[in-house]
Amino acid sequence: MKACVIVFPGSNCDRDMQVALRNAMGSEPIMVWHGDSSFDDVDLITVPGGFSYGDYLRAGAMAAKSPVMREIIARANKGVPVLGVCNGFQILTESGLLPGALMRNADLKYVCKDIHLTVETTDTPFTQGYGNGGVIRIPVAHHDGNYFAEDSLLDELEGENRVAFRYANADGAHSDDANPNGSRRNIAGIFNKQRNVLGMMPHPERLADPTLGGVDGKPMFEGLVEALS
Amino acid sequence: MSDQTSKITPEVVKSHGLSEEEYEKVLEIMGREPNMTELGIFSVMWSEHCSYKSSKKWLKTLPTEAPWVICGPGENAGIIDIGDGQAAIFKMESHNHPSYIEPYQGAATGVGGILRDVFTMGARPVANLNALRFGNPDHPKTRHLVSGVVSGVGGYGNCVGVPTVGGECEFHDSYNGNNLVNAMTVGIADTDKIFYSAATGAGNPIVYVGSKTGRDGIHGATMASTEFSEDAEEKRPTVQVGDPFTEKLLIEACLELMDTDCIVGIQDMGAAGLTSSGFEMASKGGVGVELNLDQVPQREENMTPYEMMLSESQERMLMVLKPGTEDTARAIFEKWELDFAVVGQLTESGHMVLTHKGEIVADLPIDPLALASPEYDRPWVPTPKANEIDAASIPVPGDMIGTLKALLSCPNMASKRWIWEQYDHMVMGDTMGIGRPGGDAALVRVHGTDKALAMTSDCTPRYCFADPVEGGRQVVAETWRNLTATGATPMAVTDNMNFGNPEKPEIMGQFVGCIEGMKEACLALDFPVVSGNVSLYNETNGQAILPTPTIGAVGLLEDASRAIGMGFVADGESIVIIGETKGHLGASLYLREIEGREEGSPPPVDLKTERLNGDFVREQILSGQISACHDVSDGGLLITIAEMALAGNTGCAVNSPENTSTLHAWAFGEDQARYIITTSEADALISSAKAAGVSATIIGSVGGDDFVLSGHGKMSVAELHEEHENWLPAYMAGNP
Repeated sequence: MKACVIVFPGSNCDRDMQVALRNAMGSEPIMVWHGDSSFDDVDLITVPGGFSYGDYLRAGAMAAKSPVMREIIARANKGVPVLGVCNGFQILTESGLLPGALMRNADLKYVCKDIHLTVETTDTPFTQGYGNGGVIRIPVAHHDGNYFAEDSLLDELEGENRVAFRYANADGAHSDDANPNGSRRNIAGIFNKQRNVLGMMPHPERLADPTLGGVDGKPMFEGLVEALS
Repeated sequence: MSDQTSKITPEVVKSHGLSEEEYEKVLEIMGREPNMTELGIFSVMWSEHCSYKSSKKWLKTLPTEAPWVICGPGENAGIIDIGDGQAAIFKMESHNHPSYIEPYQGAATGVGGILRDVFTMGARPVANLNALRFGNPDHPKTRHLVSGVVSGVGGYGNCVGVPTVGGECEFHDSYNGNNLVNAMTVGIADTDKIFYSAATGAGNPIVYVGSKTGRDGIHGATMASTEFSEDAEEKRPTVQVGDPFTEKLLIEACLELMDTDCIVGIQDMGAAGLTSSGFEMASKGGVGVELNLDQVPQREENMTPYEMMLSESQERMLMVLKPGTEDTARAIFEKWELDFAVVGQLTESGHMVLTHKGEIVADLPIDPLALASPEYDRPWVPTPKANEIDAASIPVPGDMIGTLKALLSCPNMASKRWIWEQYDHMVMGDTMGIGRPGGDAALVRVHGTDKALAMTSDCTPRYCFADPVEGGRQVVAETWRNLTATGATPMAVTDNMNFGNPEKPEIMGQFVGCIEGMKEACLALDFPVVSGNVSLYNETNGQAILPTPTIGAVGLLEDASRAIGMGFVADGESIVIIGETKGHLGASLYLREIEGREEGSPPPVDLKTERLNGDFVREQILSGQISACHDVSDGGLLITIAEMALAGNTGCAVNSPENTSTLHAWAFGEDQARYIITTSEADALISSAKAAGVSATIIGSVGGDDFVLSGHGKMSVAELHEEHENWLPAYMAGNP
């Protein structure tokens, strides 16, 4: 598998994503600078977390208009898998690759902590590593992760099996107190219609190493390598 | 105030914070009357904040050397050798005055400033810590200050992408009018790529990079060198505004430039901005400086030389480049879309000469101004000895479990999760699972290696107030214990001395006493001071803060996999206390929180015993004999064990002593040099301790869902958790 990590000037999880991909692939992902409007053919494009252009306005709004995003949109439309994590998810919604919006967290505070997720669907390259689904523990770290969409869209996402992850408690119940940001229907990550674009607020790349306190992020990367190699 | 031709009256001199004697010295150095720009430059360079004029004499007495110290105090940050050609670079710095006036920006720019001090030396910042102290929770401003400071620290660090991994937060009346924000950054560099600030080579270009210069923060250093009165809020214009996105760009651009061979010297523009960085670089390199202020990138129109030289706009750096490398350097800064301007050159004149619109607007001799800055031997009086508290004279509480609950949920001891969950503490992918916030020390793996750094910050101001010398010893000893408890070898410290008005002999006495105690402890524990910062005049309407010499400390684990946390790990393991429990209640948290008495002498620190016990604990951790460890500090033994139960989410049974007349002193006394550890091999451990001359006693065992104190009741760990976690979120939501 060949993969790349998109680097905006304010990306700060680019190295974390690079390490997680390297460990799963056994080779180096390509780091692509935001100003580049073309880059090598790859099997997977990742848009990492951070503060792309400072995000003093709406998170991801400026990045969505960057040269590199035009190329990513074109490739995504051709079916190339794209993974956006945290700020990457925000950029994907701002660019229209994913529907809905990410609003300020309901309690208006930045939140960084481990949370539990239910894996809602496993028949995609991104989530096949999770076998039969179940509950996983990985962290969130964001100020604007409150996923919003109208009921009709939420119904459509659910009807088409496009919800990837939901916030849950350790037993898998989708309770309000397990939701760190107030997102609708506890949604933590969604797919596009073609299921080749995944956006998610939690960080699988941050818990893919036992020294860091967990490995529940690892199956995502291993599953991607298996599916795309 | 900015007119070049304004007359220098005694009022103007006074408003610049210079004394009559100091102004006499200005006239002597200049050989003439200075103009406004020149006076402004003297004013900031000789401010307490920049010149350390009251503290220098005493700071010099601290031990600063060890075989592993690469660079001690005097540079932007201290440097220690961590093996394999790598160095850890770190410093702690205060942003107290600005954070009180404007908490969000004050705290944010405090983080920005300390980050720059570290990456300017060639290090990639890998961790931030912060020590916060606020007034009484009931004071009307406290909630607002906590909220603003925490958002500011997070807002800056989260965006820059450096994890905020540790720190502390306390509350006390003495901080009602002066909160403390002490920020620390730790970075990692290759030992052959360390950069210093000295400017050398006449003719070499001086380059300005980063953000444009605006009118913010003018006279910030002078503001931070005076007491507050009721008008503190009117000083808001002296607070700078932070831009963490630009800081992130600046980090990446500077580190990229440092990979080339372009830089002669580099320094961030911190307090007193362009003035201070220009003078320090030139003075260290023994050269002169010519600056053309028309070339300085400016955010606002019609800025005067006075404003440009005194602005404390953030995210700016000054560099001296090797001749002919300007284009290489410029290309890097253009890639990162940052301003890059050649603003002058080095000369052999020994003077700083400023030109503006074709005219010379200032001409100052560098060495007399920078090196001959005032140094005072301020009068001081030793702090009178506090009374000894006899534990037997204090009633034993009827409900020990209830008392434990009360202590565990008091503002100082309650969980600070509400704070550190607002900080990204995991970005960069090296914060170890057992070293996340909330433990004795944070653990951050050295990227791409098996090594880890342990880091902590601490201070017990109530001890320093009761007995500055003992308090000074204790703060160093406690940070040393914090690091030891993870298995790390303590390496060095950075000190952040927060005190009141040094012109008062009793305040100066606190300062002198704390330094004396710190010195003794640093020597006894081989724990040199490699960097630091002094913040004086933390007073409002004559009320000083408690003496608060915050210590930030760094230790090394050669093998990160040997590190342990503080949470209980396995049912059935023995709980062992290392060190002797005598039951010292003087100046304890128990006495303050339960009896409402802030008095008594603090627990004595026996540095030989500290060393012996700590070295024993570390050796046992590294040889795998200990599964969890936590040092005993605020609140004493029972609090320590309760925190271990909470961290491990597991209960325990603790044996209480037979003598119940001093049960509270046993449970909550704050005797030093102690650790609680758990082990599955208690007999072997105790016999090793005996052989080493270390006191070790089994006091309980791990297991179950309850915290049980034999003969005195129990409480479920879940309830303990609730007591510990609830106070701060409820308080911040307005329901104390």
